[in-house]
Amino acid sequence: MNVLTVTAARKTFGPVTALDGASFELRQGELLALLGPNGAGKTTLIRAIAGRVRLDGGAVRIFDQPLPSAGTHPALGIVPQEIALYPLMSARENLDVFGALQGLTGADLKKQVAWALEHTGLADRASESVRTFSGGMRRRLNIACGIVHRPRVVLLDEPTVGVDPQSRDRIYDMLAVLMKEGVSLLLTTHHLEEAEARCSRTVIIDHGRVIAAGTLPELVDRTVGKDRLVTLRLVNGGVVTARMRDVATDLPPLLDRVREAGDTVDDVEVRGPSLQAVFIHLTGRELRE
Amino acid sequence: MIFTLLKAGWLNLKRDRVAQALTFLLPIVFFSIFASVFGGQGSQTSRIRVAVVDEDHSELSARMVAALEKETSLRVRAADDAGTPLDRAGGERLVRNGDVPVAVVIPKGLGERFAAGGFGTSGEKVQLLADVSDPIAPQMVLGLLQKVTMTAAPDLLMKGGMQQFEKQAGALTLQQRAAVDAWLPRLKAEASGAAAASGTAAGGPMGVSAEIVDVMGSDSRRGSLTSFYAAGIGVMFLLFSCVAGAGGALLDEVEAGTLERLLSTRLRMSWLLLGKWLFLTLVGTAQLTVMFLWGWLVFDLPLLSHLPGFVVMTAVTAAAAAGLGLVLATIARSRAQLSGFSTILILTMSALGGSMFPRFLMSETMQKFGLLTFNGWALDGYLKVFWRDAALWQLWPQVLVLAALTIVFLWAARMLARRWEVG
Repeated sequence: MNVLTVTAARKTFGPVTALDGASFELRQGELLALLGPNGAGKTTLIRAIAGRVRLDGGAVRIFDQPLPSAGTHPALGIVPQEIALYPLMSARENLDVFGALQGLTGADLKKQVAWALEHTGLADRASESVRTFSGGMRRRLNIACGIVHRPRVVLLDEPTVGVDPQSRDRIYDMLAVLMKEGVSLLLTTHHLEEAEARCSRTVIIDHGRVIAAGTLPELVDRTVGKDRLVTLRLVNGGVVTARMRDVATDLPPLLDRVREAGDTVDDVEVRGPSLQAVFIHLTGRELRE
Repeated sequence: MIFTLLKAGWLNLKRDRVAQALTFLLPIVFFSIFASVFGGQGSQTSRIRVAVVDEDHSELSARMVAALEKETSLRVRAADDAGTPLDRAGGERLVRNGDVPVAVVIPKGLGERFAAGGFGTSGEKVQLLADVSDPIAPQMVLGLLQKVTMTAAPDLLMKGGMQQFEKQAGALTLQQRAAVDAWLPRLKAEASGAAAASGTAAGGPMGVSAEIVDVMGSDSRRGSLTSFYAAGIGVMFLLFSCVAGAGGALLDEVEAGTLERLLSTRLRMSWLLLGKWLFLTLVGTAQLTVMFLWGWLVFDLPLLSHLPGFVVMTAVTAAAAAGLGLVLATIARSRAQLSGFSTILILTMSALGGSMFPRFLMSETMQKFGLLTFNGWALDGYLKVFWRDAALWQLWPQVLVLAALTIVFLWAARMLARRWEVG
């Protein structure tokens, strides 16, 4: 079941076309990666879904309903890339503010704030000022403020940027719990390994259009194919690379040829088709900034 | 090395318009304001407003009024708005209301006493009903009064003198009287010309007997003067804190991303601005209250006896200042821009509006300029409350203007804030 559908989204800012007919859908309980080079249109797309950008054409539907004429859909939670918190306030006070602005009141607000603190592992630091928090704790609180009202769809804009691997794992554990509860997550990131490892599907956007969408195997099939990249590092410092469909069959003859040429293999690396390869294949190597 | 640093400094200054304005424009603006205030801006702009009450209705008093009217450094008002000649109460009211700094009251019988014995005779003096918060105007009017009485009526002065002479030394002969009678019209004719030539004639040794009467009771009002400066400084810093607060409320939130987050909740921009404005208004009210409380505790500022007026003026002043802060914050593209621009604007408004020195010391033109500023209206209101003991209803012009400014500021801020709304 699709909880979010974007159809032929178009948006221009003056002479710049930010979205040029982008379409994709987010399914119930999935973690969908929205990838793209800088300036591809990711932020505009996220802001359009959040109701912060009015599309020139196309449509966004959440639970098969159009977006409200003003403001954000109540089922939506948004986690911005910036640490959008009040640093002089405590974690609980930040959650109180953003929970109240999402319409929570009284006991309900208190309960949800307690849940968000517990969920993000900040309960024991709830009364401390945010400015005393580490980068990872701030990131977690940033997420907590976006989900305190228990939204059914959450947009996460680079939620793990600038945090250490431990905090990153913790954040993905939090997201996994949300997914188990049926929450659908749309995540943008430049960490392709992360997206590859954590996300169920991937949407790649470039020049305002969705240029690929699907699971990693589907994307691999459609782009770089299933060939493995084999890298031989020679003792004399040389490097030999080759693509192989069947490593077990194709690698021994290559090793034989190296040996016959009088070289000695120091190390062998076999890499399967990665999201990185798919991404570069689809978007090219040119810098976008 | 040094050259590289100079080059870097120059490039940064060249590209920083705000720094250029603060470095070069602000000093020029301030120099111009101070030069205009204290340097004299020509006789037309520095005329002192003075009310004249003629209780005597004698030839002498009529001559004095006419001579005062001819003084180019005075703007004389002898009638009320309905055209009725002013009486003492009317003149005093004009002073109390701040319409004029001085009212000259020519007492009944002055002409008769003068005819009998010249200016030196005893009797009721000419009174200058004055608001001595303006230390210049009463003294200047007193000097001019002395001058015009001598120059406007030399024939009458001579007549009186001759009468005294005859009383003491015996009657004049027919020939002597004929000579005096022939001389008097010439003196009278010269008088009308002399009165018009301001500053050219000097007063004689026998001046008109005059006294300055402080109708505001200033001796017991030192605290009121303190309140004036409390308001002046308070309003200037209120503006600074409102701009800083609004900058923090909006621009810092934009930079931190919290504004985007706030607008991604159920909150709408209008409510956001109203909330920020209300908060700034409350903080501004508290700021002014703390300042006046300090004045009351330490400098005998008569706060408690003027509490209703203080509350009204503080509320409307803080509301308008908060609105202005929001407008400036919504105009500015960055905190640095806001800081530079608002510093120039607030200091200029404070100088023109009377926060740095009272507006009544300025020329009439500058005083009118002052009314274009926020500070001018706010300080006029506080002056009415603490100095003129005005009733609450008499604050209506200031309250109306500041309330209207608040609405205009909020509307402008709302329009300008659209850039942060849906794109």
